[in-house]
Amino acid sequence: MWDYSDKVKEHFFSPRNSGAMEDANAVGDVGSINCGDALRLMLKVDPDTETIQDARFQTFGCGSAIASSSALTEIIKGMKLDDALKVSNQDIADYLDGLPPEKMHCSVMGREALQAAIANYRGEEWKDDHEEGALICKCFAIDAVLIEDTVRANNLSTVEDVIHYTKAGGGCSSCHEGIEEILTKVLAEKGETFSPHTVEIKEEAKPAKLTNLQRIKRIEMVLESVRPQLQRDHGDIELVDVDGKTIYVNMTGACAGCQMEALTLQGIQQKLMEDLGEFVKIVPSRAGSLSRAVCHP
Amino acid sequence: MDAIYLDNNATTRVDDAVVAAMLPFFTEQFGNPSSMHSFGNKVGLAIKKARMQVQELLGAEHESEIIFTSCGTESDSTALLSAIKANPERKEIITTSIEHPAILNLCTHLEKEGYKVHYLKVDERGRLDLAEYARVLSDKVAIVSVMWANNETGTLFPVEEMAQMAHAAGVLFHTDAVQAVGKVPIDLKNTAIDLLSLSGHKLHAPKGIGVLYLKRGVRFRPLLRGGHQERGRRAGTENTASIVALGMACEQAMQHMHFENTEVKRLRDRLEAGILAKVPRAFPTGDVTNRLPNTSNIAFEFIEGEAILLLLNKFGIAASSGSACTSGSLEPSHVMRAMGIPYTAAHGTTRFSLSRYTTEAEVDRVITVVPEIVAQLRRLSPYWGETGPATEPEKAFAPVYA
Repeated sequence: MWDYSDKVKEHFFSPRNSGAMEDANAVGDVGSINCGDALRLMLKVDPDTETIQDARFQTFGCGSAIASSSALTEIIKGMKLDDALKVSNQDIADYLDGLPPEKMHCSVMGREALQAAIANYRGEEWKDDHEEGALICKCFAIDAVLIEDTVRANNLSTVEDVIHYTKAGGGCSSCHEGIEEILTKVLAEKGETFSPHTVEIKEEAKPAKLTNLQRIKRIEMVLESVRPQLQRDHGDIELVDVDGKTIYVNMTGACAGCQMEALTLQGIQQKLMEDLGEFVKIVPSRAGSLSRAVCHP
Repeated sequence: MDAIYLDNNATTRVDDAVVAAMLPFFTEQFGNPSSMHSFGNKVGLAIKKARMQVQELLGAEHESEIIFTSCGTESDSTALLSAIKANPERKEIITTSIEHPAILNLCTHLEKEGYKVHYLKVDERGRLDLAEYARVLSDKVAIVSVMWANNETGTLFPVEEMAQMAHAAGVLFHTDAVQAVGKVPIDLKNTAIDLLSLSGHKLHAPKGIGVLYLKRGVRFRPLLRGGHQERGRRAGTENTASIVALGMACEQAMQHMHFENTEVKRLRDRLEAGILAKVPRAFPTGDVTNRLPNTSNIAFEFIEGEAILLLLNKFGIAASSGSACTSGSLEPSHVMRAMGIPYTAAHGTTRFSLSRYTTEAEVDRVITVVPEIVAQLRRLSPYWGETGPATEPEKAFAPVYA
C-alpha cells in the first residue's frame, strides 16, 4: 500500500467541494479515462474582481488524485486568477504533506486543470505541454519521456550526463539499467551505440596538489553547482568546515531532516570526489560536531 | 470488527498446523541436513518427508522430480534459462500475453539477448487460440511456458492439452502453476508437462519457499551451482523449516481439495452474484465457467480501482485491483488490456480471492459494503451522471489532452 500522509487520506475519505457546479463560468477538463485519471475543475469567478468565489471538482482516479483535487479547490478559493495561476503542483503536494513520487502526477493534473479552467474563463485555448512516460527514477520521480527528451535535446551519452541534467539516477541508482536502455535507444536513432565504458572520467591532468585555500574553493564550487537543485526542492546546503578528508556541511530548509538527506549527501560526496580527485567524506555538521568532540577531546 | 481477507491470490495466511510443523526446525532441529551427525540426519529425513508430501499433491511419479527453490519466480527463471541453455540452437520461446511478470519480464529480457518470443493472444474471456499455438510450435522453440491459472481472473488454461502438443512437436513445456496448485487437482505423472513452478505462500505455507517440478529425464542446467543440495540441481543450504512447512501445507491442501472446489466455490459464487445483483454497470472478467474456484474479478465501470481498495480497506476488507495506480504505472493491468476490456472498466477491476478460511458472514458483509463504495466513488466521477453513466461518457467529458 502507498505511504499516504494523513492529510491525503483525510482529503480522500472526506473530499471537499466535490460534485458538479451548475453555474460555473470556468471549467477545466484534463486527463482521460485511458490514463486512469481525469479531473473536471469548475470555478465560479467574479467577473469584476477576477476572484474565485467557489470551486468544485469531479474526479475519476485513485486516492491521491481525489485528494489532490480536493486540496486544489481549497487552495484556490478566494484567490485572484493571476495568483491562482502561480499555484504549482508542488504547492498542492505540500498542502497534502507530500505525495509518493509515483503519485506526483496527480498534483500535476490538478495544476493543469486549474490552468485549463482559467484559460476557459478567459476564452483562451490551453495546450497541454507535457506527456508522461513510465516512471524510471523513483527517488526523484522522473519519467522516461522527460529523460528521453533531455537526452535528445542535449546529446547526452552517459548515465552520469543524465544524472546531471535530470537528477534521474542520482539517488539509489537502482534505475541505471533503465537509463542505459533509454540511452541505447536514443543513441541508436543517431546510428551510435551506447557504451558504458565511455563514462571513464576524463583524464584531466590532476592538479598536483591543492593548497588548503584552493581545495576549499573547489569544494565551494561543487556545492554551488548543486545548490539550484536543492533550492528547487526548497532546501539548501552550506559548508561548515573542512577537516582533512572530512567535509562538514549544514543541510537547511526542506533538506534538514529530509528522508532523502543521506541520498542527497551521497550524491554530493560523489561529485566532490570526482572534482577533487581524492576520497572525501561528507558529514552533516550536527553529527560532525559529535564525532569531532570525540576525536579532539 | 475483524478484518476480512479476500486477497488470497496475493498471499495466504500460514496454516496453524503448518506453523507448528516448522517451528522445531528453528530450534532443536536446527542441524544441516548434509551433516553426518544426528543433528543433521533427522532434518534430512524431515525434508524427505516434505518432498513426498509435495510429490503427492502434484501427482509426480518420483520424489526426485521435486526441487525446492526460494520462490515461484526462481522456479520460473530456472525453468526457462535451463531450457535455453540446454538447447542453444533453439532461439524461440512461446508464452502468453497474460503471464505473471515473473515470466513476462524474463521474456522481455531474453528478447534483448536475441530470442524471439511468441506471446499468444487471448480473447475477451481470456481464452487462448490453440490453432495460433499450433502454428508457432516448431523445432526452433526452446520452451513453451503457459500459466495453469491466471492470477487476476482465475481463468484456467488447457495446459495438459498444450503440453501434449508441445511434446508431439518435440518442445519442452513449462507451466507456472503458482495459482493452481492446491486449488485444482493436479496429476503430473499422467501429463506431458516437463516443468512446473509452485510457490509456498499461495497455499498457506510461508513466503520464501517454492518448488520446481522437473520430469525425470528432461535435460536440465541449474541456475545456482555450488553444493550438492537438491542433487546438484539447486545449490545452497536447504531452507529446512520452510521446506517442512511446505510439505505440511501440501498435505493440508490435499485434504481440503474437495472443500476448495465445493464450499469455497459456493461462497465465491455467492459473493459475485450478490455484488452483481446490487451494482449496475459491473461485470465479471475472464472465463467464468472455467476458472479457479476461489477467484472473482469484477470490473466496476467508470471508477478507479485504487480508490475502491482504499475505501474497502477502511471497512476492513482486503482485495486487489488491476488498476494502473496500484502498480505505479500508467497502464491498467496487462491482463485486462490483453482481453480487450475497455479502459472505462479496466481501471475499476477488483479481484476478490477467497480461501478455505473465508466465512459466509464475511461474504455477506462484503456484499453489503461494495455497492455503497461504488456509489460513493461514482458520485465523484465526471463520467457518471445522476443515475447512470453520463450519456456518451466519452463526449460528456472530452478533455483538452488525452
